[in-house]
Amino acid sequence: MKLSITFDRLRQEEKWLVLEAKKLGCTTELVDVKNLFFDVTGKKPKNGFGDIVLQRCISYYRSLFLTRILENFGVRVINTSKVSEVCGNKLITSMMLAKAGILTPKTYVSLSSESVTEAAEALGYPVVMKPFVGSWGRMISLAKDPQTLGTIVELKESLANPIEHMYYLQEFVERPPRDIRAIVVGGEIVASVYRNAGGDEWRTNVARGATTSAFKPDKELTEIVLKAAELVGGGILGVDAMESKEGYMIHEVNNTVEFKGAQAASKDKIAKKIVEYVIRSAKQ
Amino acid sequence: MTITAKCEECGADIAIPDDAIVGEIVQCKECSSEFEVSSIAKGKVELKPAEVAEEDWGE
Repeated sequence: MKLSITFDRLRQEEKWLVLEAKKLGCTTELVDVKNLFFDVTGKKPKNGFGDIVLQRCISYYRSLFLTRILENFGVRVINTSKVSEVCGNKLITSMMLAKAGILTPKTYVSLSSESVTEAAEALGYPVVMKPFVGSWGRMISLAKDPQTLGTIVELKESLANPIEHMYYLQEFVERPPRDIRAIVVGGEIVASVYRNAGGDEWRTNVARGATTSAFKPDKELTEIVLKAAELVGGGILGVDAMESKEGYMIHEVNNTVEFKGAQAASKDKIAKKIVEYVIRSAKQ
Repeated sequence: MTITAKCEECGADIAIPDDAIVGEIVQCKECSSEFEVSSIAKGKVELKPAEVAEEDWGE
């Protein structure tokens, strides 16, 4: 069996994945996708990919486009482009979670700066503004009043990308200064950690200085995490939850999960579980 | 013997880890510039500037 791991920025995680794949007797290649081009109207390239591709690109659009191209050539990719589309866009994720009855923060979307103030008033301050596409807590802002909101909107309006001129607003959920990251692989939680906000930071992303500590999820959390993972299409996912007053609340599902922090905290063999799942999937 | 490469920005020596592979990111300790290992052959390492983080980078 041959496994191709596609990347555009090689991290510790990809090196661990290669190591585990080799230990499991799997022929593995690392493919730097920045070197590739495709005739997308033609046939599958002869020197194409292995039996299955594990998509690990750090760029969302690059990852999505490549997955689409490979799937069009009949190559099996984990995660699928459908999963990538749902998880990569917070608007789609929020709508799906709510529709499935999974507790998720109340979310308003405003289609221009003309309606964003009214949307925030309707939602109630403080409001959390997030980019539709993005990660690591980047550009996530907390507006405690209309003045702060106005400043954020003014800044976003000055950006060139039209997606910045639409607004995704969420209620600020009262919670302990931490959230939960559960790594789900093939319908099983393989690691779960608290992400404890660092210093004065309110965001709980590891990229923003949060520290991780492992814990064992209870039945309620396990159920909601697995339900969310299945809802978005399954595969290898990072499901983020908050401990709200109403119970566990899912606020995000990540498609290309980073697990360096979780692995250090939990000592779980996350890379091994991922590779085992990919090998299992290739044989199905 | 530790392999080193020159930082394109500030000229400092960048120590390349023994287990480095093509595609890996290394950082100059002097100026913090990031580089990607573009080739490793016969104890010689070539670097190229690493991509700068885009808005769509992440998980």
